[in-house]
Amino acid sequence: MPDDAMTVDAVVVGAGPAGSAAALELARAGRDVVLLERGAFPGAKNVYGGVVYGRILDDLVPQWWNEVPVQRWVTRRSTMLMTPTQALTIDFRTSAWDRPPYNGMTTYRADFDPWLAGKAVAAGARLVTSTVATSLLRDASGRIAGVRTDRPDGDIRAEVVIACDGVNSFLAKEAGLLPRADSAHTTLGAKETLALPREVIDERFGLAGDQGLDIEMLGCTSGIPGGGFLYTNLDTVSVGVVVGLDGLVAAKVRPEELIASLKAHPAIAPYLRGAELKEYSAHMIPEGGYRAMPRLAIDGMLVAGDAASMCLAAGLWLEGVNFAMGAGLAAGQTAAEAIAAGDTSARGLAGYRRRLKACFVLADHKRLRNAADIVLADRMQQEYPGLACDFVEQVFTVTNPVPKLGMAREFFRSVRLNDVRLRHLAQDGWKALRAFR
Amino acid sequence: MSYPGVSFEGRMASVEFRVGERAHITVDSEVCRSCTTKDCVRACPANLFVPTTDGGILFNYEQCFECGTCYQVCNREGAITWTYPAGGDGVVFRKG
Repeated sequence: MPDDAMTVDAVVVGAGPAGSAAALELARAGRDVVLLERGAFPGAKNVYGGVVYGRILDDLVPQWWNEVPVQRWVTRRSTMLMTPTQALTIDFRTSAWDRPPYNGMTTYRADFDPWLAGKAVAAGARLVTSTVATSLLRDASGRIAGVRTDRPDGDIRAEVVIACDGVNSFLAKEAGLLPRADSAHTTLGAKETLALPREVIDERFGLAGDQGLDIEMLGCTSGIPGGGFLYTNLDTVSVGVVVGLDGLVAAKVRPEELIASLKAHPAIAPYLRGAELKEYSAHMIPEGGYRAMPRLAIDGMLVAGDAASMCLAAGLWLEGVNFAMGAGLAAGQTAAEAIAAGDTSARGLAGYRRRLKACFVLADHKRLRNAADIVLADRMQQEYPGLACDFVEQVFTVTNPVPKLGMAREFFRSVRLNDVRLRHLAQDGWKALRAFR
Repeated sequence: MSYPGVSFEGRMASVEFRVGERAHITVDSEVCRSCTTKDCVRACPANLFVPTTDGGILFNYEQCFECGTCYQVCNREGAITWTYPAGGDGVVFRKG
């Protein structure tokens, strides 16, 4: 390459689900697009926590379910409320999720992300791996005009930069869109992937063929705001915790200690007996949601995926990869249009936000903008799982010869036992109804 | 119920790292000496921050997950200088 900069229509930074979707749309629109990835391959730096929801792929890849690198299709989903000695599980399964177009899948990001990046490459995008975008390039007027990379003579000039560079997004930070650090809105996910024979997983979790299970847990993080998860792959089980950074620091425990205590829980340990550690991993998650999102379009740049805080951490719904893909598609479409129209200023790129508002990406985030606060609130974390577990334990404990107390009295007894104030319970219930309406 | 746990070394041995020549994260131990909490030491999921007897911090970049937790929890401006490893270097998750 000559020493002057390479010039393309668009440069997409990060070949995760947002970046590959954006590059795919740009390539399909006939644009010259470079897709940068700092890992040796897409997915090498990425970790997720349970389920990828694939319906956003319907329009992109016909019958994507026939080719996506799936581990198992989630046909069984459980929500578990826990105390150190109890677990109350709401367990749901349906055969509707067991056939195309399916609902959710488990996968390895080292398989899924290269598959999606491959779609962008097949459409004509140029994937450049092992390359870090180290800073933004600006033109004489100060407008963003590309990126500098860590390759020799590695400047790439472009009419649009799409920053899909993840939760740490140094490009969004350099552009002044994100604060340097935001520990109040950031969680740490730590995960162990454990080997078990496929038949053992099928038997222990009541699965057959490529059916899978995802369990989301509340009350298993030593009172630190967050939760736990366990999901099945073909011949491994992934188990881990997600905890708020401020809470983690305040509790003075180590992340892997939280995993160890979850694995030792009486409701979890039997599932994992004899399982052997295949990989330990950790990754940050931006959980601020709608209210923590940065500006999404500025002169010459769009932001998508984790870089734009687009993980949906709303208790019942924990989604991220689908939001990244949805945002990436919208970013790619918007950038292609703006380039064609010759206006890649913030105004020319304003269609990005409109597109996101018209689909689930911003609609869901806006609707559920207060949900994370409720799920991560102290009482929800520290009091209510115990209340629910104690209530169920009392109701199902046969105390002969003492007669049954009756549901109402059992309930108030559990309320007292857990130092819950009815006033708080009513307030929180009302807030939850509003937040999840 | 219990089963043998894995040592921290064994835990980290389950992860592939392509160790680069450049330390992508550096710690200014002088700044750390004034820090009383040293939250990075416990929060780092790879346990890479080691307090020294003189009140400073030793940091080993080689087995870093590149997660960012350390700079997020650090309350001392300038203590942790955080960049990504060179392209292709660093952690390689296979089951992430």
